[in-house]
Amino acid sequence: MEALDLARWQFALTTIYHFFFVPLTLGLSILVAIMQTFWHNTDKPVYKRMARFWGKLFLINFALGVVTGIVLEFQFGMNWSEYSRFMGDIFGAPLAIEALLAFFLESTFLGVWIFGWDRLPRRIHTASIWAVAIGANISAFWILVANSFMQQPVGYTLNEAANRVEMTDFFALITNSNVLVQFPHVFTSGITTGAFFVLGISAWHLLRKRGDAEQLNFFKQSFGMAAVYGIIGIVLVIMVGHTQAQHMVETQPMKMAAAEGLFDSEDPAGLSLITVGDWEQRSEVFSIRIPGALSFLAYNKFDGEVKGIHDLQAEYEQEYGEGENYIPPVALTYWSFRAMVGAGFLMLGLAGLSLYFAARKQGNVAKWLLRVMPFAIGLPYIANTFGWIMTEVGRQPWIVFGLQRTEDAVSPNVTAGMVALTLVGFSVVYISLIVVDVYLLAKFAKQGPDSDDAEAVAEPATVTA
Amino acid sequence: MSLSDLWFILISVLFIGFFFLEGFDYGVGILLPFLGKTDTERRQIIGTIGPFWDANEVWMITAGGAMFAAFPHWYATLFSGFYLALALILLALILRGVAFEFRSKRDDPQWRSRWDWAIFFGSVIPALLWGVAFGNIIRGTPIDASMNFTGNFFDLVSPYTIITGLAGVAVFVLHGAIFITMRTEGAVEKRAQDWARKFVMPVIAVCALLAIANYAQLDLYTEIGANPGVVPVATAASLLAVGYFVWNRQFTWAFAMMALTMVLALVTYFWFLYPNVMVSSTNSAFSLTVDSASSSDYTLKVMSIVALIFVPIVLVYQGWTYWVFRKRVLDDTKALHY
Repeated sequence: MEALDLARWQFALTTIYHFFFVPLTLGLSILVAIMQTFWHNTDKPVYKRMARFWGKLFLINFALGVVTGIVLEFQFGMNWSEYSRFMGDIFGAPLAIEALLAFFLESTFLGVWIFGWDRLPRRIHTASIWAVAIGANISAFWILVANSFMQQPVGYTLNEAANRVEMTDFFALITNSNVLVQFPHVFTSGITTGAFFVLGISAWHLLRKRGDAEQLNFFKQSFGMAAVYGIIGIVLVIMVGHTQAQHMVETQPMKMAAAEGLFDSEDPAGLSLITVGDWEQRSEVFSIRIPGALSFLAYNKFDGEVKGIHDLQAEYEQEYGEGENYIPPVALTYWSFRAMVGAGFLMLGLAGLSLYFAARKQGNVAKWLLRVMPFAIGLPYIANTFGWIMTEVGRQPWIVFGLQRTEDAVSPNVTAGMVALTLVGFSVVYISLIVVDVYLLAKFAKQGPDSDDAEAVAEPATVTA
Repeated sequence: MSLSDLWFILISVLFIGFFFLEGFDYGVGILLPFLGKTDTERRQIIGTIGPFWDANEVWMITAGGAMFAAFPHWYATLFSGFYLALALILLALILRGVAFEFRSKRDDPQWRSRWDWAIFFGSVIPALLWGVAFGNIIRGTPIDASMNFTGNFFDLVSPYTIITGLAGVAVFVLHGAIFITMRTEGAVEKRAQDWARKFVMPVIAVCALLAIANYAQLDLYTEIGANPGVVPVATAASLLAVGYFVWNRQFTWAFAMMALTMVLALVTYFWFLYPNVMVSSTNSAFSLTVDSASSSDYTLKVMSIVALIFVPIVLVYQGWTYWVFRKRVLDDTKALHY
């Protein structure tokens, strides 16, 4: 394999790995902050135990999110130096701002939160977990500003002499219409991920009914809270996703065509339930489509033309040069889209049912649902991962849409051997660490709120900071 | 002063912040297996940097991000050129970062000892390699006309860069030992004091060797003559003051002098590096400079506004955390997180 292919594998591996941890960090930090705020407002010890217990799981996950983020930052320069030279003027700024505005806030106040339980007034301590949650989500915003430029370049001029793009309008960059749909989607999928994590672990405990009444009450309340949180998250994620799809038809029609396996333009266009394509010949072999539904997805009405791959290829050849292939890997884009959307609607159903049971008088959840929910922890991970695969793969062959091809972005002086060596090194470390991470998460999740917190329960409820 | 000069200064400041802050926490990590005899002592030692290490590391991330934004060519040349060295640093930092969080999650001596060694290697490897990298940046590496590094990993290893690497480790270890004396009580405090006293002379010796090596390698004599100027002399003086205070067991003063030494040493470094940001050993005309490596004026302007607003805010809240956690860490298991 060439250095380019290996560098792509390394980038894919690192981003996917990083994004295993990030959404949970985004969503769970807010939920822990909410729990602790409830404690601050009501003085009920159960909320303190909640913040501590879910907070501990949050920390185990957080550690891996941080360290893999550093790898990403370094990787642009290491494997994609031509990209960095071409894009630094635009891409570097949000990255630096992310560190300055978000990472400092997040990491500083995380230290304060971990070590400040007994040392700080309750209000300041509660504010510190909010600072962590806000920092984490601000960081998502800035990295998506950077990514959005790759999807939809705005506010720039191409300096041919220097062979780079230069920023002309910072405000355009941060109000890029792509980031305005992408950030809410990532933000709400974080909420959904956090909610399903709490729902799944709570369900596991409720099913076993071990521990005292206090313990059961703890998980019942956690379940209820996460159900509310989860339904908000998943409804919004689907709504925003719909807007995002419409935006995609407008700005990256080729990605949509690939995601739908739509080879020829249609009006009205049908939404593919399943398409078997001859991906080599770029033609459809067999397909079941819901008539008009793709037009609806695109335009909110049941007619309107959605362009197919062949027409778009012809258009792009006119615009960007003949004889090049402007079609992304169709099968991967197509199936990733389906995996994401499928997992999404499954989550909508499960979150709805969870909320229904939690809202009943007794708050007792049906056994079968308790059995299902621990497995459902995996659903947001499937949706998050394939969502990103579709976003990034569907943009190919471009690394920056319309401006730079991925093959032109790779470091010219880094050999295949070097990339292969580090790819092996990172893979070994990633795989070992994810094993340890899952082991620790499972260990502490099973243990339940620990005995240390018994003191917290015994604490007189009247003590305030 | 142009905006790119300003950003050269700002990035220097970020690196100085990084080496000063993460310097002691690398030092603490390196000393961990040697200063901590029991598990409780080790937890106490990690506790000295517990609330800070993560935020300290962000100084490096911010320096990297700022380099990307303000000097994309510096970032691209450095990161693709020092590829394997940086990959090693990354692997070390990954293990180190999770080690802090994971080590106390199981009550098993073998498990804990394994993570303690991860912290040790995770601290010593970056400390050494950052020193090597900074030595290479200023001494010069093969860089061609299109700003690409044309050498390999072994071009980065030379007697000079080994000295810069070792000097980095030596200074960080001493910095860490002094930091521990200020942040602990009991057996650990005493042991850290003894270590600092034992090591202060060898550290000064390594730094003296580095000064000589600088003269030999960087053509400093032809450039500046025998008198290096006020800042380098002050650096040497403050390092000697560290020795004096350590020897007399006045560790707060020793820490202050150590801070001063590191700041002055790095100011000297960036002073001599300017206007280059990476020297080419192939042809000095190929060296990357503040002007040839920088972003457009507009980007630098935007970044300057953001930095001028947020750097002070960050300094205030980070300073505040050192105030909040100013109490010494005791060998009391119940109060220890890690």
